[in-house]
Amino acid sequence: MTALSRKLARELWKLKGQIISIALVVATGIMTVVTMRGSYDSLVDAQQSYYRQTRFADVWAPLKRAPDTLRDRIQTLPGVAAVDTRVTLFATLDLPGLDAPAQARLVSLPEHGRPALNDIRIRSGRYLAPGAASEVLISENFAAARSLRPGDSLRAVINGRARDLDIVGIAISPEHTYAVPPGALYPDDKRYGILWMSRKVLGPAYNMDGAFNEALVALSPDANPQAVLSRINSLLDTYGGLGAYLRKDQPSHQILQSELDSNKVMGTAIPAVFLGVAAFLLNLVLSRLIATQRTEIAVLKAFGYRNREVGLHYLLFAMAAVVVGAVVGAGAGIMLGRAYVNFYGEYFDFPSLGYHLSPLLLAIAILVSVIAAGGGALMAVRRAVALAPAEAMRPEPPARFKPGWLERSGLVRWLPSSGRMVLRNMQRKPVQSLLSSLGVAFSVAILVIGLFMFDGVQFMMDLQFRVIQREDLSASFDEPRTASARHDFQNLAGVTRVEPYRSAPARLISGPLAQETAIQGLEPEGRLRRIVSDTGGVHPVPVEGVVLSAILADKLRVRVGDRLDVQILEGRRRTARIPVAGVVHDFLGVSAYMSREALQRLVGGPELISGAYLSVTNDELGAVKRTMKKLPAVAGVASPGTMLASFQSQLADSLFIAVAFLLGFACVIAVAVIYNGARISLSERGRELASLRVMGFRRREVSVLLLGEQALITLLAIPLGWTLGYGLSFLVTSAMQSDTYRIPFIVSARTYAISAAIIIAAAAASAALVHRRINNLDLISVLKTRE
Amino acid sequence: MNQSTAAPVLSARALSKTYRMGEVTVRALRDVDLELRAGELLVLLGASGSGKSTLLNILGGLDVATSGTVQYREHRLDQFDGDGLTEYRREHVGFVFQFYNLIPSLTARENVALVTDIASDAMSPDEALALVGLESRLDHFPSQLSGGEQQRVAIARAVAKRPDLLFCDEPTGALDAQTGKLVLNVLDKVNRDTGTTIAIITHNAAIGGLGDTVLRMSSGEIVERNTNKQRASVDDIQW
Ligand SMILES: Nc1ncnc2c1ncn2[C@@H]1O[C@H](COP(=O)(O)OP(=O)(O)OP(=O)(O)O)[C@@H](O)[C@H]1O
Ligand SMILES: [Mg+2]
Repeated sequence: MTALSRKLARELWKLKGQIISIALVVATGIMTVVTMRGSYDSLVDAQQSYYRQTRFADVWAPLKRAPDTLRDRIQTLPGVAAVDTRVTLFATLDLPGLDAPAQARLVSLPEHGRPALNDIRIRSGRYLAPGAASEVLISENFAAARSLRPGDSLRAVINGRARDLDIVGIAISPEHTYAVPPGALYPDDKRYGILWMSRKVLGPAYNMDGAFNEALVALSPDANPQAVLSRINSLLDTYGGLGAYLRKDQPSHQILQSELDSNKVMGTAIPAVFLGVAAFLLNLVLSRLIATQRTEIAVLKAFGYRNREVGLHYLLFAMAAVVVGAVVGAGAGIMLGRAYVNFYGEYFDFPSLGYHLSPLLLAIAILVSVIAAGGGALMAVRRAVALAPAEAMRPEPPARFKPGWLERSGLVRWLPSSGRMVLRNMQRKPVQSLLSSLGVAFSVAILVIGLFMFDGVQFMMDLQFRVIQREDLSASFDEPRTASARHDFQNLAGVTRVEPYRSAPARLISGPLAQETAIQGLEPEGRLRRIVSDTGGVHPVPVEGVVLSAILADKLRVRVGDRLDVQILEGRRRTARIPVAGVVHDFLGVSAYMSREALQRLVGGPELISGAYLSVTNDELGAVKRTMKKLPAVAGVASPGTMLASFQSQLADSLFIAVAFLLGFACVIAVAVIYNGARISLSERGRELASLRVMGFRRREVSVLLLGEQALITLLAIPLGWTLGYGLSFLVTSAMQSDTYRIPFIVSARTYAISAAIIIAAAAASAALVHRRINNLDLISVLKTRE
Repeated sequence: MNQSTAAPVLSARALSKTYRMGEVTVRALRDVDLELRAGELLVLLGASGSGKSTLLNILGGLDVATSGTVQYREHRLDQFDGDGLTEYRREHVGFVFQFYNLIPSLTARENVALVTDIASDAMSPDEALALVGLESRLDHFPSQLSGGEQQRVAIARAVAKRPDLLFCDEPTGALDAQTGKLVLNVLDKVNRDTGTTIAIITHNAAIGGLGDTVLRMSSGEIVERNTNKQRASVDDIQW
């Protein structure tokens, strides 16, 4: 072993605290990528393979009723690769022990063989046996929520007639990964499930013998989706077509996609930012650490060691930290990734969800760390070897102080002498002080990024459940009912306010552009549901015309004052030309609002309502729910309270866990960077401090000199870090907007406060560690050796 | 040894070194001419700040002059770049620094090995340390050695590689008479046995008697040159 490698080994050992903390920075950078990006990629892979295996459709075309023979005509449409047809309907389930009635969507399966599109996967039990009329498969989430197993039976009211059904199997389908009850925003697995039955049974039971009420289409690879959609729509028009829609508008896929999109921020942009910040800090810390070896580098050079050899020596030093960090980061990252994907598995119904790490991803993460660390080390070595050895070997000349702005400002007169020394020292090395501050500032920044995700979710939840959904209960009818039905609600004890609403499926057309959505007809004077923007502002319900979500307005390329063709997809299917009365920036993509009265005029026919929002006194809430359950016309009852709970348990969970991971990572980086900074400045100034001690300065006085500087650097870093964090959060937000998911850009005061508090705590902890070292400064050996 | 016939291995012409610090300029060397012949032992005397270390650093390739030429055999050192100087030091030069500059994380033996590792015809570190009387302190770190002991490690480190040129900046500054003589004996022996060319800086005028040539510097200039017909023996030196 050469003396140089011994030096390497000894110094690595001596600086193990710093090496470990540097390795932690590397590990954290790699870990965010391996954990967050890796699990996100695994999730997307699982989705894709699930969709492929079940032949998930590209187009859904619900309609009133069409003969089976129409299937062949759809098949011949250009752009159509495969077609399947089925019968589907809603049924009420008779299940004990619930406040509100349970509902099911019944979906037909072919008696023989498997569906050509939208196949299901059996999780337990078996597929339907041919000819067995009472056999049913139920969706896994529903089965789990109601503790139903193959062998159990249940009673469903189909088309007004009660039927006893035997559960023979539990199944999942990408179409119902999220089973969202009609009128609700989120799944409610206790009250809503999917039942699959034989077409042979379901058809006759629903007057659909030899007929279907939904077609599914797979597109050929080169098809133009919009063109196929309009061909299908015009073909189905005469059969009561309810408006075909693409996969991206399919409710379960849409929720899944927005859930994936929300994880996309966590899975792509944020790991990239973290890795970048970690790399930057790694570079900063290593180059500063190696800069403290200036005299030793000069000695090596003086004895004839070549620049290359010296460079390699310090490169190995840096790589030791990277290797430890990479091993820890990859190992821990994979473990966390597995745990994370496991956690995903609890509510992503993917049959083959497992954590897979792409070697390329790992290689990139490690390479970034290697380049950052190596670059930092070599930069420092370069600077050191650029000096003639005689120059670099001299003990650093005593600093030349001259009066700077500090003296001129007259500020110093107010400071104690130790404060003056601290400030003068920083003024003497402004670049270094600034860089140290920048390092700490980046730690503050990633804390801000981690925390601002909380703010976004918090804000959306507040907005959704305090500003938008102000009702205590909402009730939706199984089909539009006469407006007098509102009185049934009004008369219930405890109900203090009723606001009926109308909802109608419609196609909005602007020149060649079209989009299907449900137009919401609201009460102009309504207090329970209003048109609310993403900042919480309330947009008035227009007397005439329609208010569109900004994303929808963009899609149709219309602005306020433009006119739209609206085709209602129910009743008489009337078409009208109406003005765009407003555009509202909201979070949920594609809403269209009108006044209920205007929508009624548009649809025509007698005045109908689709449901109502209710205010109910607290004491009566349970009773009102129970009563509603008995009303035959009511298909669904939802209360924001339960929605909030299910939102929190379903959607917010994964985000919270991810944010918790990130916060942990950010804390590690912050502590590592601050500790390293303090240690390095101790080694830079150890001799000076020891001399002061020898001259009679007390331990505390010497500590104040060093730690006072650290404290100032930290305090300076906090506002700088807030600014950086704000900027980076903004970049992350704007990089990640999608059709289905927008993160609100909110950075709360709480986030600023918490990030500062964590940094101050980390700084205090490092100060305590360094203070111990200052107390134990070996005065004799410092004075004896001349490095 | 008959120096007048020996060829110069190292010669400097009109060497000047100016340090510029803001408005103040320090002329550490002013037009210094110097020749070192093969096998010569040169002693440099002079007051503190007179430019001795500066001169030696330039001759040893640790620093570059502001103007003037330095020639080592057929090579012009002043025309070398950093890499060229590195190779010059690696191949030909041994150095004892005024401030020892031991690597604190390496033991005495390893500090010597640091240099022998990259030399082609070196002594073993143990052998070199035995020459300076430190055979029992091989595995001690610099912080466990006295100032004088550290200085001896630095000397062992310089002689161990058997350099062609050996530059010693106050090699006995921290030593008592007895150890000082031990060290000077080592240098004298190296010079006589292997013909190593040596330049020694010292404040101790008595050491001047050891050299073939004695130079005295003042304010960056060589103000006095003496040649000793007969070199004194180390034991005769009055410390
Ligand atoms: N890096 C430097 N910057 C500025 N001035 C310098 C530098 N190095 C040396 N000097 C100045 O050059 C002059 C000669 O310095 P040098 O170190 O050669 O003196 P010396 O003769 O070796 O003194 P000593 O016996 O005290 O070691 C001194 O005035 C010194 O202050
Ligand atoms: Mg000197």
